[in-house]
Amino acid sequence: MTLSVRDLTVRFGGVAALGGVSFDVRAGSITSLIGPNGAGKTTAFNAITGYLRATRGRVSYGDAVLSGLRPCDIARQGVVRTFQKTSVFPALTVVENVLTGLHLRGRAEVWSVLARRRRVREEEAALRAEAEAVVAFVGLAHRRGEIASALPYGEQRLVELAVALAARPSILLLDEPAAGMTSVEKDVIGSLIRNIRDQGITVLLVEHDMRVVMGLSDTVIVLNHGAVIAEGSPATVQSHPDVIRAYLGTTRAEG
Amino acid sequence: MRRAAGILLAVAALTLPFWIANPYFLHVVIMAGIFGVLASSLNLLLGYTGQLSLGHAAFFGIGAYTSALLTLRLEWSFWLALPAAVVAAGIAGWAIGRLALKLRGAYFVLVTISFAGVIALVSINWMDLTNGPLGLPGVPAPELGPWSLRTKTAYYYLVLAAVAFAYEVCRRLVHSRIGRALVALRENEPLAESVGVDGTRYLVLAAVVSAGMAGLAGSLYAHYTRFVSPEVFLFTYTVTMVIMVVAGGKGTLAGPLVGAVLFTVLPEALRAATSWQWQMLAYGAILVVLVFFLPRGIVPAFFR
Repeated sequence: MTLSVRDLTVRFGGVAALGGVSFDVRAGSITSLIGPNGAGKTTAFNAITGYLRATRGRVSYGDAVLSGLRPCDIARQGVVRTFQKTSVFPALTVVENVLTGLHLRGRAEVWSVLARRRRVREEEAALRAEAEAVVAFVGLAHRRGEIASALPYGEQRLVELAVALAARPSILLLDEPAAGMTSVEKDVIGSLIRNIRDQGITVLLVEHDMRVVMGLSDTVIVLNHGAVIAEGSPATVQSHPDVIRAYLGTTRAEG
Repeated sequence: MRRAAGILLAVAALTLPFWIANPYFLHVVIMAGIFGVLASSLNLLLGYTGQLSLGHAAFFGIGAYTSALLTLRLEWSFWLALPAAVVAAGIAGWAIGRLALKLRGAYFVLVTISFAGVIALVSINWMDLTNGPLGLPGVPAPELGPWSLRTKTAYYYLVLAAVAFAYEVCRRLVHSRIGRALVALRENEPLAESVGVDGTRYLVLAAVVSAGMAGLAGSLYAHYTRFVSPEVFLFTYTVTMVIMVVAGGKGTLAGPLVGAVLFTVLPEALRAATSWQWQMLAYGAILVVLVFFLPRGIVPAFFR
């Protein structure tokens, strides 16, 4: 399924944070959204996942129209995001964090929970096993019982990734997953993202670290001042004159 | 170890009336039980979802009036009036939840306070239905087959069953995907929604269960004191519930029960120990010390 964004516009008062952006994210790809600070990357994420109401435009995933839906309904469509600032359930342990992320995997409703049906208990056991598997997948098995907010920064980012994966996305939107990480941690997260893609999950990435972006991406989309200025393979984008200008500024000769 | 303590506690609770000969002491224990149900119900909202209802006395009062009116006017059996009280309070909780939980936080606090205020005024002014400030005397004691549960000992067991029921309802909810969704909304709402938790839906659900449970306590109270008046809506009841939950340990299952016992027994003990001038002062001082040294409550401080 393709995530398609058409003419997405977000205005804050008179300022256009996004001015009619269109792009597609091909199923099974790792696509990166890059651009200088203030280019509108996070705004695009927020508008796609329902955290921000777009002024104009349309977002759809496969046959489902996402525009106008609430974040929880968008998650139900298999579109799951992470946040730029570290975002975990602070007072819960690592496993409990992931278990909470498995919300949509459970079916138990209030009456069957109160009646403590056998089906509910079986489902609960299955969810717990699944949570352990997700924790192991991101490499946090040794931290499973620790309180999430007490973990070092890099590991909290992994918890966050595990929570998002627990929701069984078919497309995962990662907002600067490698920000603030050491280069070793960046390699870990890079290979995790590749593993995630290999499991059939499409990845849309916002990232500043060019080594991560160029090493991982199948397609790179460059935003500047709320508009797409280039799109293509990492090599094409890197040599695109508009991109170089946006990142490095113009020289007098060019201007 | 934990299991042994649990069994010991259950045996103690089941044999309590044989240990306590003094009916006054038994009365205090019964009130502690009714407050235990109330505090547990408030804890479901305050402790697990993080939403503060400062109008919880309204749900308690709605339960009390519903049960009293149905048995007095329509001569329903207590055993039908009790669930009716739960349903009536639950419906009120649903309405308030739908109205206020889209906004949450401070708005929810304000709406619940106003709701309690309005309901209290209705109970005072709708003379035909509620008999106004005079209240409804002569609420019948429950009967179980040929026996009347008029005695304190019998009523103690009824309240004990209600406490066990409320505790079990909370326990099952909390240890399920529903409870996890509630905690997720308390801990980090945007993240909860990003994994598909429907915030409004689960908060309304918590409000309904919480209000229904408060209604249960209201019905038990009405048929115990045999008298219902607009005093059941007093803000003090809500404040007492909040104190019980916070001091006992919000977001724990046992906390509200520990808080309920402590803060029902404490005023009575102070009454016996000192003159009235010093009672409230001592109560306040003890509360301040407790919150200062055990900010997360008694249960989290001593267990786990």
